[in-house]
Amino acid sequence: MVKTVASVGLPVDEVLEIKKNRILPEGESDGKKKRISIVTGIHGDELEGQYVCFELIRRIEEHKELLKGIVDVYPAMNPLGIDSITRGIPAFDLDMNRLFPGNKDGDMTEFLASGMIADVDGSDVCIDIHASNIFLTEIPQIRINELHKEKLIPLAKELNVDFIWVHGANTVLESTFAHSLNSRNVPTLVVEMGVGMRITKEYCNQLVDGILHLMETMEIWAGETIEPRKPIISEDADDVTYLNAPTAGVFVPRVKHWEHLKKSDEIGWIIDPLHGKILEKILSPVDGILFTIREYPIVDHGSLIGRLLREEARKE
Amino acid sequence: MEKKIIYEISSLYRDNFRVTGFEFGEGEKSVCIVGNLRGNEVQQIYTCSQLVQKFKVLEKEGKIRKGHKVLIIPSMNPYSMNSKERFWPTDKTDINRMFPGYDLGETTQRIAAGIFEVIKDYKYGMQFASFYMPGKFMPHVRMMQTGFENVEMAKEFGMPYVVLRKIRPYDTTTLNYNWQIWETNAFSIYTTSTTEIDKESAKEAIRGILRFLAKQQIIEYTTHEGYKSSVVTDSEMISVRTKSAGIFDSKVKAGEEIAKGQILAQIIDPLEGEVKENLISPVDGIVFFGHNDPLTYANTAVFKIISGGI
Repeated sequence: MVKTVASVGLPVDEVLEIKKNRILPEGESDGKKKRISIVTGIHGDELEGQYVCFELIRRIEEHKELLKGIVDVYPAMNPLGIDSITRGIPAFDLDMNRLFPGNKDGDMTEFLASGMIADVDGSDVCIDIHASNIFLTEIPQIRINELHKEKLIPLAKELNVDFIWVHGANTVLESTFAHSLNSRNVPTLVVEMGVGMRITKEYCNQLVDGILHLMETMEIWAGETIEPRKPIISEDADDVTYLNAPTAGVFVPRVKHWEHLKKSDEIGWIIDPLHGKILEKILSPVDGILFTIREYPIVDHGSLIGRLLREEARKE
Repeated sequence: MEKKIIYEISSLYRDNFRVTGFEFGEGEKSVCIVGNLRGNEVQQIYTCSQLVQKFKVLEKEGKIRKGHKVLIIPSMNPYSMNSKERFWPTDKTDINRMFPGYDLGETTQRIAAGIFEVIKDYKYGMQFASFYMPGKFMPHVRMMQTGFENVEMAKEFGMPYVVLRKIRPYDTTTLNYNWQIWETNAFSIYTTSTTEIDKESAKEAIRGILRFLAKQQIIEYTTHEGYKSSVVTDSEMISVRTKSAGIFDSKVKAGEEIAKGQILAQIIDPLEGEVKENLISPVDGIVFFGHNDPLTYANTAVFKIISGGI
């Protein structure tokens, strides 16, 4: 059942609508059932969640008799952004994930944000699927604000991701969708995986397996599901080492994503195509595993090239 | 005057990214004034460049008082302006959401850190700022309510209004906020426009700054007293919002006195030309901000009004 969650008229002959698909057990109308909400597309250039929504609905519809609760799927929170290949909200130059909880009496963007929160509020769990950005590829992971870790880590473990990253509280992040919902006692897990503007089916299927498993543990799904993989959990800021470009150039990786590295292993080169020179060889500063790697080759001074989880953290 | 490179990084194919500053006088770090941080802030760079002109004359005439150093940085972001991007050309991040910066972080964090290191110890900090919505303002001084803001001091610019802004989470990474936290008396100066040059309001802002600096005994400068500033909080302003979207036909300008019941603008159907909506002023007052894009979305605060007369 497709429903419009929030809508607003655009200047010329068009209505902007944010839609969701509510999937109910057979023979049920809107009852008091457990509810999971799957949200994606807050950033218009992050598309991995598109396939997750499709595949999740497809699998549920195939065995509708196994559905015992409510599944709400919101595939496009920022439809104008998705349509125009824009990360933020076109015309406003705003990052939608800095506008929550929004304001129903506010501007168009705040009004839409408040409509989304109002609709998702009341869910028993919410999954907010992101896909990094166009610059970096991420291994399937869940990011958790330390303020909410007690509640969220047990849920995150069921989602079949490789890595759970608990990060420090940050004032700026108070205006994210996930923070607003977590503050309203809707446990909301932020998934980061893959890369912007692309779909990585392998990761998408991995997450769909995890969502169905979580649904099973919540008694929303009565089908058989996978045994989730055991994620690495990092709660210490020192576990993660950031690699930033020491110079501008073109980054060419020499290793694969999620590869175990020894200190001083070569991660990649920053090259200068004009002179045919290697400007810098990027070496691993520690023993560790590369959970983020740069996808977009052009780098400026300081551009993020990768993130490493230190080997000791992995063992602990 | 000394022309100085405040911050510089190289690029693969472009000329170096350079932030250039102009230093006047000698002594303690008294005043730092900055122009554009974003690529569309043409009025901000223009106003700052005119201020450089003024200071060249003041210095030549010996009117900068001894013991005071003044640093003017007309552009903190030439790259974005040259490529007509509002934000950083590659990763689209906003330098004014990166303060106090991080010297080992990503590009715009490094730029913010590099610049902030130079400008953070000044006693007074002024930034020509802009708003994210298209529109025109009455010139004013704006401050964030960090607890360190000095409202009485802000009145010494003699601009018509001092506006106090309640802090939102995303404000904590702006230059103005961080200046205040590092104990600089920080003021955002808003002139009328952003993407186009408005010479009159640029002059008014420059007079305001010179008047302020004369009162702080930093320069010798004589001008009229300016306005007796009214202090308003942003929440006190009355927003007039559109109910519908369409062509926006404004009937009034920023700074204009308006009466309760007056039509401020009309929303016109873009296909059939009919008036869809009349936007009516709910009070007698002054237009503090007016939207100036020919189109508008629904639910948009197209006017901000201060009730009462000047």
